[in-house]
Amino acid sequence: MSGPALVFSAADWLALAGHFLGLSLLAVGGAISTAPDMHRYLVDERRWLADEQFSASIAIAQAAPGPNVMFVALLGWNVGLNAAGMPGAWAGLALTLGCILLPSTVLTCLAAQWGHRNRDLRAVRAFRQGLTPIVIGLLIATGWILATGRRYDLADVPLWAVTIAATLIVWRTRVHLLWLLGAGAVLGGLGLV
Amino acid sequence: MTVPSAPLASPRSLSDLFLSFTALALQGFGGVLAVAQRELVERKRWMTREEFVEEWAVAQIMPGPNIVNLSLMIGSRYFGVRGALVALAGMLVAPLCVLLVLAMLYTQYGQHPQVAGALRGMGAVAAGLVAATGLKLASTLRHHPLGQLGACLIAAATFVAIGLAGVPLVVTLLGLGGLGWGLTWHRLGQEPKVPPP
Repeated sequence: MSGPALVFSAADWLALAGHFLGLSLLAVGGAISTAPDMHRYLVDERRWLADEQFSASIAIAQAAPGPNVMFVALLGWNVGLNAAGMPGAWAGLALTLGCILLPSTVLTCLAAQWGHRNRDLRAVRAFRQGLTPIVIGLLIATGWILATGRRYDLADVPLWAVTIAATLIVWRTRVHLLWLLGAGAVLGGLGLV
Repeated sequence: MTVPSAPLASPRSLSDLFLSFTALALQGFGGVLAVAQRELVERKRWMTREEFVEEWAVAQIMPGPNIVNLSLMIGSRYFGVRGALVALAGMLVAPLCVLLVLAMLYTQYGQHPQVAGALRGMGAVAAGLVAATGLKLASTLRHHPLGQLGACLIAAATFVAIGLAGVPLVVTLLGLGGLGWGLTWHRLGQEPKVPPP
């Protein structure tokens, strides 16, 4: 599944960097909560990534060990690949991962101590508790967007069934996630979904 | 907690810190939080469970990947800025190498219909993983200062804005996030004063 062939100008690289720098500071509740916005920007608005590339990036990153922010590196890899082949892929990877991490890392290093000292402040508690519903709504919306790509086609009903089944199993049981990803891979590889 | 207060350990050196976080990251399939709790609290005993929960809460307040924030905070606690950077590197380098191999394989074989099918199936499962994490956390809304109904309404509004309407994240965070923060701040002010534990 190849993505769109792109002609990338310096301004496009800058725009890509800028978007991820900005998202870094909005990633309250984890990097995955910015996935819908990355989808909106990279797939819908700029058309730098095919929808299949977007969901494949997330699927591969989820199947690999490590922090799930790694999916951002794969998004960058694929955008770079569409823009300028292998060299572009490396550049895209370094750019997106660097940009998503840099602002939040600096801010965390600066503010961790302050937040720790002032964790009983009303404003700090209100921030933490006030944002929990947002984080929860975001996570469920992220699952929704990954499952549907916000395109509703009856041919995708078997895929949605897999998503719903996986949601219920993870929610209600302690089955290891790798078994589920493996089962999804087998179902897809056999052409059943 | 009835855990006997055996003395806490601490990382012996920067390389110990690096290797510990590498081991931790490589065990974390589908997210690292559960592994982090087991490794840092139960096996290495670098911190108590209470300390871990506190650090985790702060790591969540901060923007950025939670687990990355946690590694920064723990690293800096023992070795300052150098420790923060080393812990961060430990968390990222090895997983990034694994991921690159996978990405190259994907570039090579991504067009094959069976690989594409397998990834489509995995993608559908991955979507479920994320949604299920949200549903698991939703149980915490029961004790939310705004009440279960109010908190669920805000969560539902966030879902509609992002998932159905495609509103940009920054608009949603400033709007609904600001609303949640403000309402919770107001509600916390009405609580009877509880002495800090």
